Amino acid sequence: MSAEHSAPLIEPGHSFATVTDRISAIVLTQKTPRGWWFGFLISFALLMLFNLAVTWLFALGVGIWGINVPVGWGFAIINFVWWVGIGHAGTLISAILLLLRQKWRTSINRFAEAMTIFAVACAGTFPLLHMGRPWLAYWLTPYPNTMWTWPQFRSPLVWDVFAVSTYATVSALFWFVGMVPDLATLRDRARHRIGQVVYGILAMGWRGSAVHWHRYETASLLLAGLATPLVLSVHTVVSFDFAIGIIPGWHTTIFPPYFVAGAIYSGFAMVMSLSIPLRKYYRLEDFITKRHLDNMAKVMLATGLIVAYGYMMETFSAFYSGDVYEKFMVLNRWTGPYWPFYWSLIACNIVIPQVLWSRKARANVALLFVISIVVNTGMWLERFIIVVTSLHRDFLPSSWGMYWPTRWDIYTYVGTLGLFFTLFFLFIRYLPVIAISEMRGLVTPEGHGKK
Amino acid sequence: MAQIFHRSTNTVARVSIYGSLFVLLVLSFALYGLSGSPYYTDVNQPKDQPVPFSHRHHAGELGIDCRYCHTSVEDSSFAGVPPTMTCMTCHSQIWTNSSMLEPVRLSYATGKSLQWVRVNALPDFVYFNHSIHIHKGVGCTTCHGPIGEMPLTWKANTLQMSWCLECHRNPEKFVRPRELVFQPLYTPPSESHPLQVGRKTYTDQIALGTDLVREYKIPQAERGNHTLTNCTTCHR
Repeated sequence: MSAEHSAPLIEPGHSFATVTDRISAIVLTQKTPRGWWFGFLISFALLMLFNLAVTWLFALGVGIWGINVPVGWGFAIINFVWWVGIGHAGTLISAILLLLRQKWRTSINRFAEAMTIFAVACAGTFPLLHMGRPWLAYWLTPYPNTMWTWPQFRSPLVWDVFAVSTYATVSALFWFVGMVPDLATLRDRARHRIGQVVYGILAMGWRGSAVHWHRYETASLLLAGLATPLVLSVHTVVSFDFAIGIIPGWHTTIFPPYFVAGAIYSGFAMVMSLSIPLRKYYRLEDFITKRHLDNMAKVMLATGLIVAYGYMMETFSAFYSGDVYEKFMVLNRWTGPYWPFYWSLIACNIVIPQVLWSRKARANVALLFVISIVVNTGMWLERFIIVVTSLHRDFLPSSWGMYWPTRWDIYTYVGTLGLFFTLFFLFIRYLPVIAISEMRGLVTPEGHGKK
Repeated sequence: MAQIFHRSTNTVARVSIYGSLFVLLVLSFALYGLSGSPYYTDVNQPKDQPVPFSHRHHAGELGIDCRYCHTSVEDSSFAGVPPTMTCMTCHSQIWTNSSMLEPVRLSYATGKSLQWVRVNALPDFVYFNHSIHIHKGVGCTTCHGPIGEMPLTWKANTLQMSWCLECHRNPEKFVRPRELVFQPLYTPPSESHPLQVGRKTYTDQIALGTDLVREYKIPQAERGNHTLTNCTTCHR
């Protein structure tokens, strides 16, 4: 066993009481830090920018975006896939790692799940906005209607509706059910009447009896069982949006696994980007230890290599197939008008993260933070390359064109970042960012953290 | 520690869970009901017109052919709304002093058209052509209802897509012989009202319709021709 493996999941010296105190204090007693206000106000300003961009979009239509023939998908779909991908880490951590009894998930699962839900919320806005007439979005659901028609069940876009909405529902349930005992803790410790009532309602009458715990454990396991296939299915379905189409660069069977790996890759990068500042500013280094960062870095390294394999296979099969359009697609990515995007993507997703092979690098918190941002950028670029380069050069040279986002595209994208961080800041302020009850399980009577 | 909530909260919690489900269910039923109700669809709601024109009188009682006024129905997508001139072919001779017809005479004198209130209007995203329906044996009253009994005209059907598809999926339930298309009061054949077409006598609509669908070469889904239900047939 290496040195890191024996590093603790919780620093020594903690008891049940200190764990509870430290985490609940963020919500209940601690003065709201100035940094929180600073971050929250910036995020909120960006959220207002989002409102502006969306209002203008509803007034004028999707023509304000850069999309046109031949690139009809543009930023909306790039950002949709990016956000959904980010959402994947939360479910992986909470469901798969729970079933695999990976104790190290305990201190990061709560905010990873929150991140998932907020990311899926951001993702969900894009297809709706991209429809042009979002007030008719309910047409996507099958219901008895005056048109006597069903949604087109042969279209992966309809599968998407089911996949993403199921995912959002299960993730939200998982998050909430897991939080009930902690909400009860907050209810019991809240000093203000409002806090008592609000947390009390949310705690749904939790008294911590043996029966409650029994049901809680059963529900967690059942939800984990439900959520586990979702980790794989959701991004598989998202990849079908592309793979079912016959456009070169989309029509490949490698898409589902490669998309899922990419999703987990970007998801862990985002968890890292969020947890590093969080543990620093709220002094949670005792709970989110270097062991956690090290493990997350390893998951990133592994999934990053799967993604690299995906890129390699894409290139290989293009040439192996001998198909002129497939070959052109690859050469166009390498040397075509969008070549800087392609090579930045390779640098961000494949070259730079190789640093993580080094144990020293994985222990360097600042470096990990930078790499996590690099990977998030790289994964965004990957979606840009998939969506734009495939569409802008299709079979007929007469229909070739270029795609550039307009400022409204950019406002909408930055705006969803605002939505995400606004929700996240509110979450940090009003809900327990770390699962208190599960953390208590890591404390040993002698005050040494569990290994 | 004092209790935060009253004992009744347990009941409230349970009721609100099942109650919200119930409310959602009721709400969706109500919305669905509303979408088919005359309040929303205008079906069976006679519309006030600048002149109280009666189809019952003109088409039903006097037996004026539909095409006398709606001249383009056989050759065009639009059946046509008659110009004042058409009214005046008769009304320059009869009822010339009727006060009810004052707007007609005024229109004729000034050359300003009468502004009829539209009763049946399809949305612009639907391509609809009257002539093809007429030629394939869809009668006026099939869609416009018992027009020969309407003192003021009302919309007889919802014109919702489900209603279009009712016929487009099963045309044999509705088509009639071409020569009876313009009958303002048509009843499909039945045991009590047998219908003689050529040398055959029909006592039910399905038998008649099935023969006519074949004879008029109406696309049949069961024979692999899905033209009638293809999206682009109506949404071009």
